[in-house]
Amino acid sequence: MKLVVAIVRPEKLADVLESLFRAEVRGLTLHRVQGHGGETEHVETYRGTTVKMELSDKIRLEIGVSDHFVQPTVDAILRGARTGEVGDGKIFVVPVEKVYRIRTGEEDQAAVTPIEETAPVPT
Amino acid sequence: MNNSDTAWLLVATALVLLMTPALGFFYGGLVRKKNALNTMMMSVCALGFAGLGWALVGYSIAFGRGNAWFGDLSMAFLRGVDLRPQGTIPHLLFFAFQGTFAIITAALISGSIVERMRFGPYLAFLTLWSILVYAPVAHWVWGGGWLAKLGAIDFAGGTVVHVNAAAAALVVALTLRPRKDYARRAVLPHNVPFTLLGAGLLWFGWFGFNGGSALAANGIAALAFVNTMLAPIATLVVWILLDLSRTGRATAVGAATAIVVGLVAVTPAAGFVSPISALLLGAVAAVPSYFALLWRARTRIDDSLDVVAAHGVGGTVGALLTGVLAQKSWNGVADGLLFGNPRQLAIQAVGVLGTIAFSAAGTFAIVKLLGVFGAIRASARDEGLGLDVTQHGEEAYSRGEGAILVLPDAGSSRGLPATALLETEPGTP
Repeated sequence: MKLVVAIVRPEKLADVLESLFRAEVRGLTLHRVQGHGGETEHVETYRGTTVKMELSDKIRLEIGVSDHFVQPTVDAILRGARTGEVGDGKIFVVPVEKVYRIRTGEEDQAAVTPIEETAPVPT
Repeated sequence: MNNSDTAWLLVATALVLLMTPALGFFYGGLVRKKNALNTMMMSVCALGFAGLGWALVGYSIAFGRGNAWFGDLSMAFLRGVDLRPQGTIPHLLFFAFQGTFAIITAALISGSIVERMRFGPYLAFLTLWSILVYAPVAHWVWGGGWLAKLGAIDFAGGTVVHVNAAAAALVVALTLRPRKDYARRAVLPHNVPFTLLGAGLLWFGWFGFNGGSALAANGIAALAFVNTMLAPIATLVVWILLDLSRTGRATAVGAATAIVVGLVAVTPAAGFVSPISALLLGAVAAVPSYFALLWRARTRIDDSLDVVAAHGVGGTVGALLTGVLAQKSWNGVADGLLFGNPRQLAIQAVGVLGTIAFSAAGTFAIVKLLGVFGAIRASARDEGLGLDVTQHGEEAYSRGEGAILVLPDAGSSRGLPATALLETEPGTP
Protein backbone atom coordinates (compact mmCIF):
# COMPACT_ATOMS: atom_id res chain seq x y z
CA MET A 1 0.00 0.00 0.00
CA LYS A 2 1.05 3.54 -0.62
CA LEU A 3 0.01 6.96 0.57
CA VAL A 4 -0.22 9.40 -2.31
CA VAL A 5 0.30 12.96 -1.02
CA ALA A 6 -0.34 15.72 -3.52
CA ILE A 7 0.03 19.48 -3.16
CA VAL A 8 -2.09 21.28 -5.76
CA ARG A 9 -3.43 24.74 -6.59
CA PRO A 10 -6.76 25.58 -4.89
CA GLU A 11 -8.18 26.80 -8.20
CA LYS A 12 -7.37 23.42 -9.77
CA LEU A 13 -8.95 21.37 -6.98
CA ALA A 14 -12.25 20.89 -8.80
CA ASP A 15 -10.38 19.60 -11.86
CA VAL A 16 -8.31 17.22 -9.73
CA LEU A 17 -11.36 15.84 -7.94
CA GLU A 18 -13.14 15.35 -11.25
CA SER A 19 -10.15 13.57 -12.72
CA LEU A 20 -9.77 11.33 -9.63
CA PHE A 21 -13.45 10.51 -9.81
CA ARG A 22 -13.07 9.49 -13.46
CA ALA A 23 -10.12 7.29 -12.49
CA GLU A 24 -12.42 5.70 -9.90
CA VAL A 25 -10.25 6.76 -7.01
CA ARG A 26 -12.53 7.06 -3.99
CA GLY A 27 -11.62 7.93 -0.45
CA LEU A 28 -9.39 10.89 0.15
CA THR A 29 -8.61 13.54 2.73
CA LEU A 30 -7.75 17.13 1.94
CA HIS A 31 -6.31 20.02 3.90
CA ARG A 32 -6.00 23.67 3.04
CA VAL A 33 -2.35 24.48 3.52
CA GLN A 34 0.13 27.21 2.70
CA GLY A 35 3.52 26.74 1.18
CA HIS A 36 6.21 27.94 -1.14
CA GLY A 37 7.33 26.05 -4.18
CA GLY A 38 9.40 28.60 -6.06
CA GLU A 39 6.53 30.47 -7.68
CA THR A 40 6.74 34.26 -7.91
CA GLU A 41 5.41 35.95 -4.81
CA HIS A 42 2.59 38.44 -5.25
CA VAL A 43 2.69 41.85 -3.62
CA GLU A 44 -0.14 43.31 -1.58
CA THR A 45 -0.48 46.87 -0.28
CA TYR A 46 -2.56 48.04 2.67
CA ARG A 47 -2.48 51.80 3.32
CA GLY A 48 1.14 52.26 2.34
CA THR A 49 2.31 49.01 3.91
CA THR A 50 3.58 46.78 1.15
CA VAL A 51 4.00 43.09 1.83
CA LYS A 52 5.24 40.24 -0.28
CA MET A 53 3.21 37.10 0.16
CA GLU A 54 5.87 34.40 0.45
CA LEU A 55 3.37 31.63 1.04
CA SER A 56 0.62 30.74 -1.37
CA ASP A 57 -2.54 28.84 -0.58
CA LYS A 58 -2.42 25.20 -1.66
CA ILE A 59 -4.49 22.09 -1.19
CA ARG A 60 -2.88 18.96 0.22
CA LEU A 61 -4.56 15.70 -0.73
CA GLU A 62 -3.90 12.39 1.00
CA ILE A 63 -5.03 9.22 -0.71
CA GLY A 64 -4.32 5.74 0.62
CA VAL A 65 -4.24 3.25 -2.26
CA SER A 66 -3.25 -0.33 -2.99
CA ASP A 67 -0.13 -0.70 -5.11
CA HIS A 68 -1.81 -1.30 -8.44
CA PHE A 69 -3.82 1.88 -7.95
CA VAL A 70 -0.80 4.15 -7.43
CA GLN A 71 -0.15 4.90 -11.10
CA PRO A 72 -3.80 5.66 -12.05
CA THR A 73 -4.06 7.96 -9.04
CA VAL A 74 -0.84 9.81 -9.86
CA ASP A 75 -1.85 10.12 -13.52
CA ALA A 76 -5.24 11.51 -12.57
CA ILE A 77 -3.68 14.15 -10.33
CA LEU A 78 -1.13 15.12 -12.99
CA ARG A 79 -3.93 15.50 -15.50
CA GLY A 80 -6.16 17.56 -13.26
CA ALA A 81 -3.61 19.79 -11.54
CA ARG A 82 -1.29 20.87 -14.35
CA THR A 83 -1.32 24.42 -15.72
CA GLY A 84 2.30 24.43 -16.91
CA GLU A 85 3.25 27.40 -14.71
CA VAL A 86 5.56 27.32 -11.70
CA GLY A 87 3.49 26.53 -8.61
CA ASP A 88 1.49 23.58 -9.91
CA GLY A 89 2.59 21.51 -6.89
CA LYS A 90 4.09 18.10 -6.13
CA ILE A 91 3.06 14.50 -5.70
CA PHE A 92 4.79 12.29 -3.12
CA VAL A 93 4.26 8.54 -3.02
CA VAL A 94 5.02 7.26 0.47
CA PRO A 95 5.17 3.64 1.67
CA VAL A 96 2.61 2.72 4.30
CA GLU A 97 3.35 0.27 7.08
CA LYS A 98 -0.14 -0.55 8.25
CA VAL A 99 -3.72 0.51 7.46
CA TYR A 100 -6.85 -0.13 9.50
CA ARG A 101 -10.44 0.59 8.54
CA ILE A 102 -12.02 1.84 11.74
CA ARG A 103 -15.57 0.69 11.00
CA THR A 104 -14.72 -3.00 10.50
CA GLY A 105 -11.22 -3.41 11.84
CA GLU A 106 -10.10 -4.66 8.40
CA GLU A 107 -6.40 -4.33 7.80
CA ASP A 108 -4.05 -3.31 5.00
CA GLN A 109 -5.22 -4.25 1.49
CA ALA A 110 -8.81 -4.80 2.59
CA ALA A 111 -8.86 -1.48 4.40
CA VAL A 112 -7.97 0.58 1.31
CA THR A 113 -10.22 -1.35 -1.07
CA PRO A 114 -13.56 0.37 -1.70
CA ILE A 115 -16.47 -1.59 -0.24
CA GLU A 116 -18.11 -2.37 -3.60
CA GLU A 117 -15.00 -4.32 -4.67
CA THR A 118 -15.71 -7.59 -2.89
CA ALA A 119 -12.67 -9.59 -3.97
CA PRO A 120 -9.44 -7.94 -2.80
CA VAL A 121 -6.72 -7.90 -5.44
CA PRO A 122 -3.55 -9.65 -4.23
CA THR A 123 -0.55 -7.42 -3.83
CA MET B 1 -37.84 78.08 -0.74
CA ASN B 2 -39.20 75.87 2.00
CA ASN B 3 -37.06 74.95 5.01
CA SER B 4 -38.78 71.67 5.84
CA ASP B 5 -38.54 70.52 2.22
CA THR B 6 -34.85 71.39 2.26
CA ALA B 7 -34.30 69.52 5.54
CA TRP B 8 -35.97 66.36 4.20
CA LEU B 9 -34.03 66.45 0.93
CA LEU B 10 -30.75 66.88 2.82
CA VAL B 11 -31.50 63.68 4.73
CA ALA B 12 -32.86 61.87 1.66
CA THR B 13 -29.68 62.63 -0.31
CA ALA B 14 -27.56 61.03 2.41
CA LEU B 15 -29.92 58.03 2.52
CA VAL B 16 -29.66 57.43 -1.22
CA LEU B 17 -25.87 57.81 -1.17
CA LEU B 18 -25.72 55.04 1.44
CA MET B 19 -27.44 52.68 -1.01
CA THR B 20 -24.32 52.40 -3.16
CA PRO B 21 -22.00 50.96 -0.49
CA ALA B 22 -25.03 48.90 0.62
CA LEU B 23 -25.20 47.50 -2.90
CA GLY B 24 -21.51 46.66 -2.52
CA PHE B 25 -22.37 44.49 0.48
CA PHE B 26 -25.36 42.95 -1.30
CA TYR B 27 -23.27 42.02 -4.34
CA GLY B 28 -20.05 41.34 -2.40
CA GLY B 29 -21.68 38.61 -0.32
CA LEU B 30 -22.90 36.80 -3.41
CA VAL B 31 -19.51 36.23 -5.05
CA ARG B 32 -16.64 33.93 -4.17
CA LYS B 33 -14.17 34.91 -1.44
CA LYS B 34 -11.40 35.61 -3.95
CA ASN B 35 -13.51 38.28 -5.69
CA ALA B 36 -15.17 39.91 -2.67
CA LEU B 37 -13.17 43.15 -2.69
CA ASN B 38 -13.31 43.53 -6.46
CA THR B 39 -17.08 43.23 -6.43
CA MET B 40 -17.48 45.70 -3.57
CA MET B 41 -15.03 48.10 -5.22
CA MET B 42 -17.19 48.08 -8.35
CA SER B 43 -19.93 49.74 -6.30
CA VAL B 44 -17.67 51.90 -4.14
CA CYS B 45 -15.84 53.36 -7.14
CA ALA B 46 -19.13 54.38 -8.74
CA LEU B 47 -19.34 56.92 -5.89
CA GLY B 48 -16.21 58.50 -7.32
CA PHE B 49 -16.33 58.01 -11.06
CA ALA B 50 -20.06 58.22 -11.82
CA GLY B 51 -20.30 61.01 -9.22
CA LEU B 52 -17.55 63.03 -10.91
CA GLY B 53 -19.08 62.52 -14.36
CA TRP B 54 -22.39 63.75 -12.98
CA ALA B 55 -20.88 66.88 -11.42
CA LEU B 56 -18.87 67.82 -14.51
CA VAL B 57 -21.34 67.19 -17.35
CA GLY B 58 -23.93 64.52 -16.52
CA TYR B 59 -26.23 66.81 -14.55
CA SER B 60 -26.33 69.34 -17.37
CA ILE B 61 -27.06 66.69 -20.00
CA ALA B 62 -29.91 65.40 -17.83
CA PHE B 63 -31.46 68.64 -16.62
CA GLY B 64 -30.29 71.27 -19.10
CA ARG B 65 -33.04 72.60 -21.37
CA GLY B 66 -31.74 71.05 -24.62
CA ASN B 67 -34.16 69.14 -26.83
CA ALA B 68 -36.43 66.11 -26.42
CA TRP B 69 -33.46 63.68 -26.35
CA PHE B 70 -30.57 65.43 -24.63
CA GLY B 71 -30.10 68.35 -22.31
CA ASP B 72 -27.34 70.81 -23.02
CA LEU B 73 -24.02 71.84 -21.53
CA SER B 74 -25.32 75.09 -20.03
CA MET B 75 -24.73 73.78 -16.50
CA ALA B 76 -21.53 71.86 -17.23
CA PHE B 77 -18.91 72.20 -14.49
CA LEU B 78 -21.77 73.25 -12.18
CA ARG B 79 -22.20 76.61 -13.86
CA GLY B 80 -25.28 78.27 -12.38
CA VAL B 81 -25.92 75.44 -9.93
CA ASP B 82 -26.27 77.61 -6.85
CA LEU B 83 -28.47 78.31 -3.84
CA ARG B 84 -31.35 79.82 -5.80
CA PRO B 85 -34.52 77.76 -5.49
CA GLN B 86 -35.34 74.85 -7.78
CA GLY B 87 -38.94 74.20 -6.83
CA THR B 88 -38.88 74.68 -3.07
CA ILE B 89 -35.30 73.53 -2.41
CA PRO B 90 -31.88 74.99 -3.30
CA HIS B 91 -30.82 74.11 -6.85
CA LEU B 92 -27.50 72.79 -5.50
CA LEU B 93 -29.33 70.30 -3.26
CA PHE B 94 -31.49 69.14 -6.19
CA PHE B 95 -28.27 68.51 -8.15
CA ALA B 96 -26.78 66.45 -5.30
CA PHE B 97 -29.96 64.42 -4.75
CA GLN B 98 -30.12 63.55 -8.47
CA GLY B 99 -26.39 62.75 -8.42
CA THR B 100 -26.91 59.94 -5.91
CA PHE B 101 -29.30 58.34 -8.44
CA ALA B 102 -26.73 58.50 -11.24
CA ILE B 103 -24.19 56.84 -8.95
CA ILE B 104 -26.30 53.88 -7.88
CA THR B 105 -27.63 53.26 -11.39
CA ALA B 106 -24.11 52.87 -12.75
CA ALA B 107 -23.14 50.65 -9.80
CA LEU B 108 -26.14 48.36 -10.39
CA ILE B 109 -24.71 47.25 -13.75
CA SER B 110 -21.66 45.70 -12.07
CA GLY B 111 -23.76 42.78 -10.79
CA SER B 112 -23.84 41.15 -14.20
CA ILE B 113 -20.08 41.23 -14.85
CA VAL B 114 -18.52 40.28 -11.52
CA GLU B 115 -15.49 37.98 -11.22
CA ARG B 116 -14.15 38.61 -14.74
CA MET B 117 -13.70 42.26 -15.77
CA ARG B 118 -10.43 44.19 -15.56
CA PHE B 119 -10.81 47.10 -13.21
CA GLY B 120 -9.38 49.90 -15.39
CA PRO B 121 -11.80 49.32 -18.26
CA TYR B 122 -14.60 48.99 -15.69
CA LEU B 123 -13.86 52.47 -14.34
CA ALA B 124 -13.83 53.90 -17.86
CA PHE B 125 -17.11 52.15 -18.64
CA LEU B 126 -18.71 53.44 -15.44
CA THR B 127 -17.78 57.05 -16.21
CA LEU B 128 -18.80 56.99 -19.88
CA TRP B 129 -22.03 55.11 -19.21
CA SER B 130 -23.28 57.50 -16.54
CA ILE B 131 -22.67 60.47 -18.87
CA LEU B 132 -23.72 59.01 -22.23
CA VAL B 133 -26.54 56.65 -21.25
CA TYR B 134 -27.89 57.50 -17.80
CA ALA B 135 -27.97 61.28 -18.21
CA PRO B 136 -29.97 61.26 -21.49
CA VAL B 137 -32.54 58.76 -20.16
CA ALA B 138 -32.93 60.85 -17.00
CA HIS B 139 -33.50 63.83 -19.32
CA TRP B 140 -36.27 61.99 -21.20
CA VAL B 141 -38.32 61.45 -18.05
CA TRP B 142 -37.30 64.10 -15.52
CA GLY B 143 -35.59 66.78 -17.60
CA GLY B 144 -38.56 67.59 -19.82
CA GLY B 145 -37.63 65.12 -22.59
CA TRP B 146 -39.88 63.16 -24.93
CA LEU B 147 -41.14 60.63 -22.37
CA ALA B 148 -42.18 63.42 -20.01
CA LYS B 149 -44.04 65.13 -22.89
CA LEU B 150 -45.69 61.81 -23.81
CA GLY B 151 -47.00 61.57 -20.24
CA ALA B 152 -44.92 58.62 -18.96
CA ILE B 153 -44.84 58.60 -15.19
CA ASP B 154 -41.84 57.28 -13.27
CA PHE B 155 -41.89 58.46 -9.69
CA ALA B 156 -38.36 57.62 -8.57
CA GLY B 157 -36.79 55.87 -11.53
CA GLY B 158 -38.18 52.40 -12.19
CA THR B 159 -37.38 52.91 -15.86
CA VAL B 160 -34.62 55.52 -15.66
CA VAL B 161 -32.68 53.65 -12.98
CA HIS B 162 -33.63 49.98 -12.95
CA VAL B 163 -34.71 49.04 -16.47
CA ASN B 164 -31.91 51.22 -17.82
CA ALA B 165 -29.24 49.54 -15.64
CA ALA B 166 -30.59 46.06 -16.36
CA ALA B 167 -30.54 46.52 -20.15
CA ALA B 168 -26.95 47.71 -19.89
CA ALA B 169 -26.09 44.83 -17.54
CA LEU B 170 -27.38 42.26 -20.01
CA VAL B 171 -25.43 43.76 -22.90
CA VAL B 172 -22.14 43.91 -20.96
CA ALA B 173 -22.60 40.38 -19.62
CA LEU B 174 -23.21 39.03 -23.14
CA THR B 175 -20.28 40.98 -24.59
CA LEU B 176 -17.89 39.81 -21.87
CA ARG B 177 -19.13 36.22 -22.12
CA PRO B 178 -19.58 33.90 -19.12
CA ARG B 179 -17.04 33.35 -16.37
CA LYS B 180 -14.84 30.34 -17.10
CA ASP B 181 -16.34 28.41 -14.19
CA TYR B 182 -19.94 29.40 -15.01
CA ALA B 183 -22.19 26.34 -15.40
CA ARG B 184 -19.11 24.11 -15.14
CA ARG B 185 -18.76 24.01 -11.40
CA ALA B 186 -20.54 25.24 -8.32
CA VAL B 187 -20.00 28.96 -7.73
CA LEU B 188 -21.38 29.76 -4.30
CA PRO B 189 -21.96 33.00 -2.38
CA HIS B 190 -19.14 33.42 0.13
CA ASN B 191 -20.97 35.52 2.72
CA VAL B 192 -24.78 35.46 2.76
CA PRO B 193 -24.94 37.63 5.93
CA PHE B 194 -23.29 40.45 3.89
CA THR B 195 -26.04 40.09 1.33
CA LEU B 196 -28.72 40.38 4.03
CA LEU B 197 -26.92 43.38 5.51
CA GLY B 198 -26.80 44.97 2.07
CA ALA B 199 -30.50 44.30 1.46
CA GLY B 200 -31.36 45.86 4.83
CA LEU B 201 -29.29 48.98 4.15
CA LEU B 202 -30.72 49.24 0.63
CA TRP B 203 -34.25 49.23 2.04
CA PHE B 204 -33.26 51.91 4.56
CA GLY B 205 -31.69 54.07 1.85
CA TRP B 206 -34.63 53.49 -0.48
CA PHE B 207 -36.88 55.53 1.86
CA GLY B 208 -34.80 58.50 0.74
CA PHE B 209 -34.81 57.34 -2.88
CA ASN B 210 -38.60 57.16 -3.16
CA GLY B 211 -39.65 59.45 -0.32
CA GLY B 212 -37.18 62.10 -1.45
CA SER B 213 -38.41 61.93 -5.03
CA ALA B 214 -41.45 63.94 -3.93
CA LEU B 215 -38.86 66.76 -3.68
CA ALA B 216 -40.79 68.06 -0.68
CA ALA B 217 -41.71 67.08 2.88
CA ASN B 218 -45.40 66.67 2.16
CA GLY B 219 -48.20 64.14 1.80
CA ILE B 220 -46.86 62.71 -1.46
CA ALA B 221 -43.53 62.08 0.28
CA ALA B 222 -45.39 60.24 3.04
CA LEU B 223 -47.28 58.19 0.44
CA ALA B 224 -44.08 57.25 -1.40
CA PHE B 225 -42.33 56.52 1.90
CA VAL B 226 -45.06 54.20 3.20
CA ASN B 227 -45.45 52.47 -0.18
CA THR B 228 -41.68 51.83 -0.06
CA MET B 229 -42.33 49.94 3.15
CA LEU B 230 -45.44 48.09 2.00
CA ALA B 231 -44.48 46.77 -1.44
CA PRO B 232 -41.31 44.87 -0.37
CA ILE B 233 -43.26 43.46 2.59
CA ALA B 234 -45.68 41.82 0.15
CA THR B 235 -42.88 40.73 -2.19
CA LEU B 236 -41.01 39.13 0.70
CA VAL B 237 -44.05 37.17 1.82
CA VAL B 238 -44.90 35.91 -1.68
CA TRP B 239 -41.25 35.05 -2.39
CA ILE B 240 -40.90 33.05 0.83
CA LEU B 241 -44.16 31.22 0.09
CA LEU B 242 -42.92 30.40 -3.43
CA ASP B 243 -39.66 29.12 -1.93
CA LEU B 244 -41.53 27.01 0.62
CA SER B 245 -43.95 25.56 -1.89
CA ARG B 246 -41.21 24.69 -4.39
CA THR B 247 -38.48 23.30 -2.14
CA GLY B 248 -39.88 23.30 1.38
CA ARG B 249 -37.17 25.74 2.47
CA ALA B 250 -37.19 29.53 2.81
CA THR B 251 -33.77 30.78 1.68
CA ALA B 252 -31.86 33.81 2.98
CA VAL B 253 -30.51 34.76 -0.44
CA GLY B 254 -34.10 34.53 -1.66
CA ALA B 255 -35.31 36.86 1.11
CA ALA B 256 -32.60 39.42 0.31
CA THR B 257 -33.48 39.23 -3.39
CA ALA B 258 -37.20 39.57 -2.66
CA ILE B 259 -36.63 42.79 -0.72
CA VAL B 260 -34.70 44.29 -3.63
CA VAL B 261 -37.31 43.14 -6.18
CA GLY B 262 -40.12 44.70 -4.14
CA LEU B 263 -38.19 47.95 -3.81
CA VAL B 264 -37.42 48.05 -7.52
CA ALA B 265 -41.04 47.38 -8.46
CA VAL B 266 -42.46 50.09 -6.22
CA THR B 267 -39.92 52.69 -7.36
CA PRO B 268 -41.86 53.98 -10.40
CA ALA B 269 -45.17 53.70 -8.55
CA ALA B 270 -44.28 54.97 -5.08
CA GLY B 271 -45.96 58.38 -5.16
CA PHE B 272 -48.71 57.50 -7.65
CA VAL B 273 -50.58 54.52 -6.17
CA SER B 274 -52.60 53.86 -3.04
CA PRO B 275 -51.03 51.92 -0.16
CA ILE B 276 -53.22 48.88 -0.82
CA SER B 277 -52.19 48.99 -4.48
CA ALA B 278 -48.57 49.06 -3.34
CA LEU B 279 -49.12 45.83 -1.43
CA LEU B 280 -50.74 44.28 -4.50
CA LEU B 281 -47.95 45.54 -6.75
CA GLY B 282 -45.28 44.11 -4.44
CA ALA B 283 -47.02 40.74 -4.28
CA VAL B 284 -47.50 40.49 -8.05
CA ALA B 285 -43.94 41.63 -8.78
CA ALA B 286 -42.46 38.68 -6.86
CA VAL B 287 -43.68 36.09 -9.37
CA PRO B 288 -42.05 37.07 -12.69
CA SER B 289 -38.70 37.87 -11.05
CA TYR B 290 -38.73 34.61 -9.09
CA PHE B 291 -39.19 32.52 -12.22
CA ALA B 292 -36.87 34.70 -14.30
CA LEU B 293 -34.10 33.85 -11.79
CA LEU B 294 -34.78 30.14 -12.07
CA TRP B 295 -34.85 30.28 -15.86
CA ARG B 296 -31.71 32.42 -16.19
CA ALA B 297 -29.63 30.01 -14.11
CA ARG B 298 -30.32 27.25 -16.65
CA THR B 299 -29.08 29.33 -19.59
CA ARG B 300 -25.61 30.28 -20.82
CA ILE B 301 -26.36 33.91 -19.94
CA ASP B 302 -23.95 34.71 -17.10
CA ASP B 303 -25.80 37.72 -15.69
CA SER B 304 -23.94 36.67 -12.56
CA LEU B 305 -25.96 38.36 -9.83
CA ASP B 306 -29.23 38.51 -11.79
CA VAL B 307 -29.47 42.22 -12.48
CA VAL B 308 -31.96 41.49 -15.26
CA ALA B 309 -34.26 39.28 -13.19
CA ALA B 310 -34.27 41.65 -10.20
CA HIS B 311 -34.00 45.11 -11.77
CA GLY B 312 -35.04 44.55 -15.38
CA VAL B 313 -38.05 42.31 -14.79
CA GLY B 314 -38.93 43.97 -11.47
CA GLY B 315 -38.56 47.45 -12.97
CA THR B 316 -40.64 46.58 -16.03
CA VAL B 317 -43.42 45.04 -13.94
CA GLY B 318 -43.36 48.08 -11.66
CA ALA B 319 -43.47 50.54 -14.57
CA LEU B 320 -46.37 48.71 -16.22
CA LEU B 321 -48.29 48.27 -12.96
CA THR B 322 -47.86 52.00 -12.36
CA GLY B 323 -49.85 52.43 -15.57
CA VAL B 324 -52.48 50.10 -14.15
CA LEU B 325 -52.72 51.19 -10.51
CA ALA B 326 -52.02 54.95 -10.60
CA GLN B 327 -54.80 56.95 -8.98
CA LYS B 328 -55.43 60.65 -9.48
CA SER B 329 -57.32 60.75 -6.18
CA TRP B 330 -54.03 60.02 -4.39
CA ASN B 331 -51.52 61.93 -6.49
CA GLY B 332 -53.39 64.36 -8.70
CA VAL B 333 -51.17 63.41 -11.65
CA ALA B 334 -52.61 60.48 -13.60
CA ASP B 335 -55.05 57.57 -13.51
CA GLY B 336 -54.07 54.07 -14.61
CA LEU B 337 -55.90 51.31 -16.47
CA LEU B 338 -57.91 50.25 -13.40
CA PHE B 339 -59.13 53.79 -12.91
CA GLY B 340 -60.35 54.33 -16.45
CA ASN B 341 -57.20 55.37 -18.32
CA PRO B 342 -55.86 52.44 -20.40
CA ARG B 343 -53.70 54.84 -22.41
CA GLN B 344 -51.37 55.27 -19.41
CA LEU B 345 -50.38 51.58 -19.59
CA ALA B 346 -49.45 51.94 -23.27
CA ILE B 347 -47.37 55.05 -22.52
CA GLN B 348 -45.57 53.18 -19.74
CA ALA B 349 -44.75 50.34 -22.16
CA VAL B 350 -43.33 52.84 -24.66
CA GLY B 351 -41.14 54.25 -21.88
CA VAL B 352 -39.79 50.81 -20.98
CA LEU B 353 -39.11 49.79 -24.59
CA GLY B 354 -37.51 53.12 -25.50
CA THR B 355 -35.22 52.90 -22.47
CA ILE B 356 -34.21 49.30 -23.20
CA ALA B 357 -33.40 50.09 -26.84
CA PHE B 358 -31.35 53.21 -26.11
CA SER B 359 -29.54 51.70 -23.12
CA ALA B 360 -28.65 48.48 -24.96
CA ALA B 361 -27.36 50.33 -28.02
CA GLY B 362 -25.44 52.94 -26.02
CA THR B 363 -23.89 50.31 -23.75
CA PHE B 364 -22.83 48.16 -26.69
CA ALA B 365 -21.17 51.16 -28.34
CA ILE B 366 -19.26 52.04 -25.15
CA VAL B 367 -18.06 48.48 -24.58
CA LYS B 368 -16.90 48.16 -28.20
CA LEU B 369 -15.15 51.53 -27.99
CA LEU B 370 -13.29 50.45 -24.83
CA GLY B 371 -12.37 47.17 -26.51
CA VAL B 372 -10.33 49.15 -29.04
CA PHE B 373 -7.96 50.28 -26.27
CA GLY B 374 -7.19 46.84 -24.86
CA ALA B 375 -8.60 43.76 -23.19
CA ILE B 376 -11.69 44.36 -21.09
CA ARG B 377 -11.77 40.90 -19.67
CA ALA B 378 -9.31 39.58 -17.10
CA SER B 379 -6.99 36.77 -18.24
CA ALA B 380 -7.97 33.18 -17.45
CA ARG B 381 -5.11 33.00 -14.96
CA ASP B 382 -6.24 36.14 -13.12
CA GLU B 383 -9.79 34.83 -13.10
CA GLY B 384 -8.53 31.60 -11.52
CA LEU B 385 -6.50 33.37 -8.84
CA GLY B 386 -9.30 35.82 -8.16
CA LEU B 387 -9.56 39.49 -8.99
CA ASP B 388 -8.85 40.73 -5.44
CA VAL B 389 -5.21 39.72 -5.59
CA THR B 390 -4.70 40.31 -9.31
CA GLN B 391 -6.58 43.61 -9.77
CA HIS B 392 -6.25 45.20 -6.36
CA GLY B 393 -3.28 43.54 -4.64
CA GLU B 394 -5.37 42.96 -1.53
CA GLU B 395 -7.31 40.12 0.03
CA ALA B 396 -10.67 40.39 1.75
CA TYR B 397 -9.73 37.85 4.41
CA SER B 398 -5.96 37.98 4.68
CA ARG B 399 -4.41 35.79 7.35
CA GLY B 400 -1.08 37.54 7.13
CA GLU B 401 0.82 34.24 7.25
CA GLY B 402 3.83 34.30 5.00
CA ALA B 403 3.59 38.06 4.51
CA ILE B 404 6.97 39.69 4.52
CA LEU B 405 7.21 43.44 5.02
CA VAL B 406 8.83 45.25 2.14
CA LEU B 407 10.68 48.26 3.54
CA PRO B 408 10.23 51.34 1.35
CA ASP B 409 13.84 52.60 1.84
CA ALA B 410 15.61 49.27 1.53
CA GLY B 411 17.91 50.67 -1.14
CA SER B 412 16.80 48.34 -3.88
CA SER B 413 13.99 49.44 -6.13
CA ARG B 414 12.33 46.06 -5.65
CA GLY B 415 12.66 46.26 -1.89
CA LEU B 416 14.32 43.74 0.39
CA PRO B 417 12.41 41.58 2.79
CA ALA B 418 12.67 42.92 6.34
CA THR B 419 13.76 39.56 7.69
CA ALA B 420 16.68 39.43 5.28
CA LEU B 421 17.80 42.88 6.45
CA LEU B 422 17.63 41.88 10.11
CA GLU B 423 19.68 38.78 9.52
CA THR B 424 22.48 40.65 7.79
CA GLU B 425 22.64 43.53 10.26
CA PRO B 426 26.11 43.52 11.83
CA GLY B 427 26.35 43.09 15.56
CA THR B 428 23.06 41.27 15.92
CA PRO B 429 23.53 38.65 18.63
